[in-house]
Order: sequence, then structure tokens, then C-alpha cells
Amino acid sequence: MADSHAALAEQFDDVEQQHDAASLGMWLFLATEVMFFGGLFASYTIFRSRYDLAFIEGSHHLNVTLGSINTVILLASSFTMALAVRSAQLGRRRTLIVFLLATIVLGLAFLGIKLSGEYYRDWIEGTVPGLHWSYQSPRAPQVELFMCFYFFMTALHATHMIVGFGIMAVLIIMAARGQISAERCNPVEMAGLYWHFVDIIWIFLFPLLYLVGGRY
Amino acid sequence: MSQHSGHVVSVKFYSLIFILLVVLAMLTTGMAFVDLGAFNTVVALVIAFTKATLVALFFMHLRWSPALQRIVGVAALLWLAILIALTLSDYLTRGWIPAPGSWESSLNFTRDFVASLLGWS
Amino acid sequence: MATAALEPEIDTRVHYLNVNYGIRSWLLTTDHKRIALLYLASITVFFFVGGAAAVLMRLNLIEPQGLLLQPETYNKLFSMHGIMMVFFFMIPSIPAVLGNFLVPMMVGARDLAFPKLNLLSWYVFMLGGLFELYAIFAGGVDSGWTFYTPLSTTYLNTHVMAAALGVFIAGFASILTGLNFIVTIHKMRAPGLTWFRMPLFLWAIYATSIIMVLGTPVVAITLVLVALERAFHVGVFDPALGGDPILFQHLFWFYSHPAVYIMILPSMGVVSELITCFSRKRIFGYSFIAFSSVAIAVISFLVWGHHMFVSGQSVYAGLVFSALSFAVAIPSAIKVFNWTATMYKGSVSYDAPMLYAMGFIGLFTMGGLTGLFLASLATDVHLHDTYFVIAHFHYIMVGGAVMGYLGGIHFWWPKISGRLYPDGWARFAALVIFIGFNLTFFPQFMLGYLGMPRRYPIYPQEFQVMNVMSSAGASILGVGYLIPLVYLIWSMRYGPVAGPNPWGAKGLEWQTPSPPPTENFERTPTVTEEAYAYGNAAQEAHVG
Repeated sequence: MADSHAALAEQFDDVEQQHDAASLGMWLFLATEVMFFGGLFASYTIFRSRYDLAFIEGSHHLNVTLGSINTVILLASSFTMALAVRSAQLGRRRTLIVFLLATIVLGLAFLGIKLSGEYYRDWIEGTVPGLHWSYQSPRAPQVELFMCFYFFMTALHATHMIVGFGIMAVLIIMAARGQISAERCNPVEMAGLYWHFVDIIWIFLFPLLYLVGGRY
Repeated sequence: MSQHSGHVVSVKFYSLIFILLVVLAMLTTGMAFVDLGAFNTVVALVIAFTKATLVALFFMHLRWSPALQRIVGVAALLWLAILIALTLSDYLTRGWIPAPGSWESSLNFTRDFVASLLGWS
Repeated sequence: MATAALEPEIDTRVHYLNVNYGIRSWLLTTDHKRIALLYLASITVFFFVGGAAAVLMRLNLIEPQGLLLQPETYNKLFSMHGIMMVFFFMIPSIPAVLGNFLVPMMVGARDLAFPKLNLLSWYVFMLGGLFELYAIFAGGVDSGWTFYTPLSTTYLNTHVMAAALGVFIAGFASILTGLNFIVTIHKMRAPGLTWFRMPLFLWAIYATSIIMVLGTPVVAITLVLVALERAFHVGVFDPALGGDPILFQHLFWFYSHPAVYIMILPSMGVVSELITCFSRKRIFGYSFIAFSSVAIAVISFLVWGHHMFVSGQSVYAGLVFSALSFAVAIPSAIKVFNWTATMYKGSVSYDAPMLYAMGFIGLFTMGGLTGLFLASLATDVHLHDTYFVIAHFHYIMVGGAVMGYLGGIHFWWPKISGRLYPDGWARFAALVIFIGFNLTFFPQFMLGYLGMPRRYPIYPQEFQVMNVMSSAGASILGVGYLIPLVYLIWSMRYGPVAGPNPWGAKGLEWQTPSPPPTENFERTPTVTEEAYAYGNAAQEAHVG
């Protein structure tokens, strides 16, 4: 079998075809991810239309400050990821690794805040559906439903972030071994698309989970 | 334009987009503290779509990509819209045509939903 | 005419089957043709597992009080039959076997866009299958292949999670396959192969892939939600929290209705290829058939509520779904008209693939027309959950899709294996299958109309005659499926060596040797003629 690190894979005629194919493939995969999260967004929409007061109550329980900080952190990680892709395109190995590391660090910060500042808080306060639920209120069952959405959607998002860390770690290793170059920067670009998508999901999750009914 | 590495964007441009995104993020949070009734949600979603579009067009290079990629992105959103719209068409109309024994509750639900849309309670 | 030779003919060329040997060369292959055969072996096994469940069910239904099964066991059998057949046979069948084999060749490429993803998809598929087989052997699942809540989330204590996870995992194989096909068809067509010169099989695969990519993720997340609700005893389908069990049905059918088009569209693509080749005539209405494939893919996403007319869904939404369901029948009808118009004044030969194609047209039409009874709200209230539904979808799935699959296997078998199978046996098997099929499922239309419910192990005495007819048909059908298994395997060693193009068919895949070399084409071909450029039908007689 031909060298698996060759710039041009066997089945393609030229690098441009390879790049276009990879790009289209990744966008199609992101489309599947839109539909995957989409099932949750659709279910959320149904229940929000039904129980808007309970959803407001549940949303007010979430920490807007931490959520906002996390939003900015994730946007920053998208910024560093875009810069990482740019470094790969220009063949700059060191800055590529630096920006990939920065993206991972920012992502870890996001998860750290979420885990310690939010999930842990929910656990202590008894607002984790099913596992530790002791919230009292006239609308408690529907608030629990809201919290189900909160946990499912943010946990699924977090899982995608963790997979993203794995991908970036692999890219860092590849870059360190000299396997990424201006001619062979597809993997970084595709990982970039994935990471930006993860950011976009959070861009929608934040207002839908944290800002229901306003904070006035 | 290199035939393999695609369009290279300047650091300055990326920074501009990033700053714009952060401003919009702060705006999202800020607007939540203003009483706009039902429009809070609308504003929040409009800003979210704007941010997502900025990320897609400029960070994800859709602006400089073949049209096919843009079609894929639009198709995904369209299909999600189909899922939401047709499912909602069930839930929003459950009270419209009376089924035996449920007239009262259907009426109440419809009245409550319309009231919540208009900001009464 | 392919009389059995006592001495096996030896073919000394190097091709994709003999280029290297050993289990590693198969399990680590990235050759799309070998991966197609890996899938062929797997889905055949899964088909017979699902078929075994059906045999037991039909045996049981010989007696009104049930011949040999406890109700709980019967529930498990129809569940496993549905799960195995839908997710592990029908959905992968043509795309993963014929699609994987033919798509690169039909576009004139050396392989698919992502060969390693292709191999990964087979491993993911097998992982899902293993979960499913575990669920069967650990005691089964009795939720039905439809996993309706709250039965699946709350009340069952069978292996729902393993079964649901098996389907969830297999769904990713489907996504990867569809993704690969879309990129290949967009980006790797040979010079001169414009969209409207492509074989219609590629249009069908393309439309199918759109459904696979956009629909499968929704059932994936839905099954995750079911698993979570089972695990944590709380979730969005739970009425105690204000959740709605019917939401599950919306999410489930959002995929599962388009899924039935995943199952039928590729078969329609095969039939387009078969009808035109064995009528020796250009397909009538090429662009109509091409566009109707895409139209079916799109409209299929708008009709799922017709599975939920009596579920508690709003009647108003039911009206909308009913109207849209009538719309989706139109493109299918367009295809049937175009196929028959192709045969008109063509030079028709009745080889086994053509027998399957003709069977498809008739049986699919019946299945499709009976779908209209179910699409109209009022009649569906009477027919829902009866044997009428079962007959309807088996006419389409088995009378339609499986026939198309078998026709395709027979048509491309010389290309895949390099051998010819005995045509007499093939035609005989096609006939046995046709007769067995109709005997099995036609009575079920009447049973359903008269009110016999589906998924019941017992029934009133007056339905026994038709049930016995159906079971008798099932045994004939089972024999019919075993016959090709025998002669196709036999032909791999003892069949006469096929040339590059035993049918005299048009298409890039027939320009290569049989079996093809690993890289398919020595040089990328250039396409200069329209699809199906058959000459005057009366002048051409096919070779072989």
C-alpha cells in the first residue's frame, strides 16, 4: 500500500480534488451533527412552548455569569482554532502547535467551569434530575424536565468537546512529527470545522438554556 | 491562490470577527436584563443566528468555499426546521379539532398558549 | 445455457479477489469491492437470523390458539424480526453491497472518496450487529422494532438497551456510507460524466444517501434518549414530568419513514438498470426518473405523521401528513410508468434479473397502491395495527426491495465473481420466490381488512384458513431464498468464466474485466455518450 502519509491519497487525481472531497465530507458530517443535536432542539422547542413558566423557573436557576464567561471562552477557542488552521496553511509548525494547545486549554477551562461551577453546584443543591432531585416548587416536575434538557444538551456538547480534544491532541502529535505542512493541512482544516461547529452549538445553547424569560 | 491550502485569512480579519462575536455575546447577556416580554427570545435568537453566521462564514471559510458546502449547511438547517415545524404542528393544534372528551382541556391550552405569546398571564 | 462443467474452469488473471490472500487482507482491506463482499456476508447472515424469527412466527400462526409459542416469546420474535430485517438487512443491503461495489466503477473512479471510512463503516456495522445478537441471545427484546415509549423506557424488563444501542451503532455505519457516496458522486466523476449521463442507479444511491445523512442522526439521538430514560428513570418521554410519549413517535418516525425510502430507492435504481438492459432500449424519461428519486428523498421527510394517525396526534396535523403522503406516491408512480414505457416495443429477454425486475414492478405497484389506503386518515383508523399494514409494507419491502436486490445480485454477479450462475435454476428460484411471496402476503391484506391485529400470537378461529395459506406461502418463500444461496456459491468455483460483459449492457462497470482489478480502471475513462445508449433494439442480441 502506498505511503499513508503521502500528500495525495491513491483514490484522488489531484490535491485539489482531495481537499474538496475532504471539505465536502466534513460539512456533510456536520450536517448529521446538526440533525443529531436537532432532535434535542426540537424536543426542547415542544416543551418550552408547553411549559414556558416552568422553563423560565428552571432557567433562572442557572448561573448566567458562568454561562456568559463560558460563551466567551468558547468563542476564544474558536479564534485560536482559526489561527491554528491558518498556521497549518502557512506551514508554520510551532505556531500551529501553540494555537492547538491554546484551543485545548480554553476548552478545558470551559469544562472546568461547567463541572465545578455548575454541575457540582446542581449536585449539591439537589437539582440533578433522576440522580439527585430534591427541588420543591409547584412546577417542580416540569422544572425537572427543563433540567433534563439542560443536562442532556450540555453533556452531549461536552462529549463533543472531549472528542475534539482527542482530535487536537492527535494533530499536535502529527505536527510535532512533521506530518503537517502547507501541502498537507487538510486534517487541521477539517478539525477546525468540527471545533467551530461545537462552538456554534453552544452559541445556541446559551440563550436557550440560560436566558429563558429574561433576567429583569 | 494556492491549489491545496485554500483561502488564507489575515490575523487582523480573524481578530475583527472575534471581537464582533464577543460584543454580540455580551449583548446577548445584556439584553436579557431588559424587559422586552416575548421579544427577549426573538432578540436572543437573532443574535445567536448572527454569531453562528459569522463563525460559519469566516471562521469556517464558507464565504470562500464552493457553493456546494453552503448548500449542505443550508440543507441541514432546513431539515431541522422541517423536524421542528411539523412536530410543532401537532403540539400546537392538539386543541383545534375537538376529540371526544378533551374539548375543555384543548380550549384551555390554546387560550393559555396564545396568551403567553402575547405576554398576558 | 451455462451448463455445469465437471471440472472447474480456472481463471488465471490477477484481480481484486486473488490479488492477495489471507484473513488480514480481507479484514484490513480498503478496496470497496472487498468491503462490499464483507457486507454481503454479514447481511446474508442477519437476513437468515431475521428469517428464522419469521419462520417461527408463521409456524405459530398455523393454529388460532398459537401452535408453539408463549405470547412473550412471540413478542420477542416479531421484535427481532423487525430489527434484524430493517436495520441489519434492508437498510444496508443494496447501498452497502451493490452500492459499495458499483458506485466507484460507475463514476469511473479507482475507489470511493474515503476508503478507510468505508472499512470503518463495516466494523461499526458489525459492532452494532454484535450488540443486537447479544440482545437476542441474552433473552431478546419485546418492544417491537419501533421501541415505543413508555413501554420501552419504563415497563419492559427485557434487553431494550442492548437492542437500542445496537441499532444506534449501526446507524453510524449508515451515515458513513451515505456520506462517502455523496462525496464520491459529487467529486470523483470521470471526465465527460455529467450528472445527466450517470446511470440511474447512481441517482438512486445519491437520493438514498441524502436520506441516510439527514435522517439517521435523529433516530440515533432518540434511541439515546430512550436509553437515558431507562437508565436514570427520568426523561423527556415521561408524562410524570410533563413529558410526552408521543414525542418519541415523532422523533422515531422522522427517521423511520424516510428509512423505508432508503430501503426502496436503491432497489428502484437497480430496476432502472435491469429494465433498460433487458429491453435493449434506452430508458424512457431518464430525467423524470432521476428527479423523481430526489423528489422522493425530499418529500419522504414530510410525511412521517401517517404512522401516528391514531396515536393521539392532533387530527389537524394528521390532515397535513395525509395530504403530503399522497404527494409522495406521485414520483414513485412516475417511475413505474417510465419503466413500463421502456419495455414497450423493446426487445425483452427473460433472464433471471429481468424476472425479478418485472416482479418488482407488479408487486411494488400493489404495495404502493395499498399504501394509499393507509395514507387516507379515515380508512387508516380501521386498518392501523392490522395485518393490512403488514401486507402493505411486505409487498414493498419484500416484493419490491428484496426482489430488486436479488435482481441486482444476479445482474452484477458475473462482474462481482467473474462467473456465470446456472440461469435455469435462477429463473426457477425467481418463480418460486414470486409464488411463495404472494401466497404469504396476499391473504394478509384480507386478514387485515377483516380486522386481524398485527403482533398477536393468536387470532379468532375464522381467520385460520388464510393464516395457514400465509404460513404455507412462507415456507415456499423460504425455500426460494435458499436456492440462490446454493447456486451462487456453487458458481464461484464451478460456474463458467464470465467475460467482461455477458449481458451486453451499457455502463462503465461493464468496460472492465470480470472480476475487475483492484484499481478498477487502468486509466480513468472518458465518457462520451449518454446513459443507456442502446442501439436499435431489433438489431442487437445480447451475448452469452
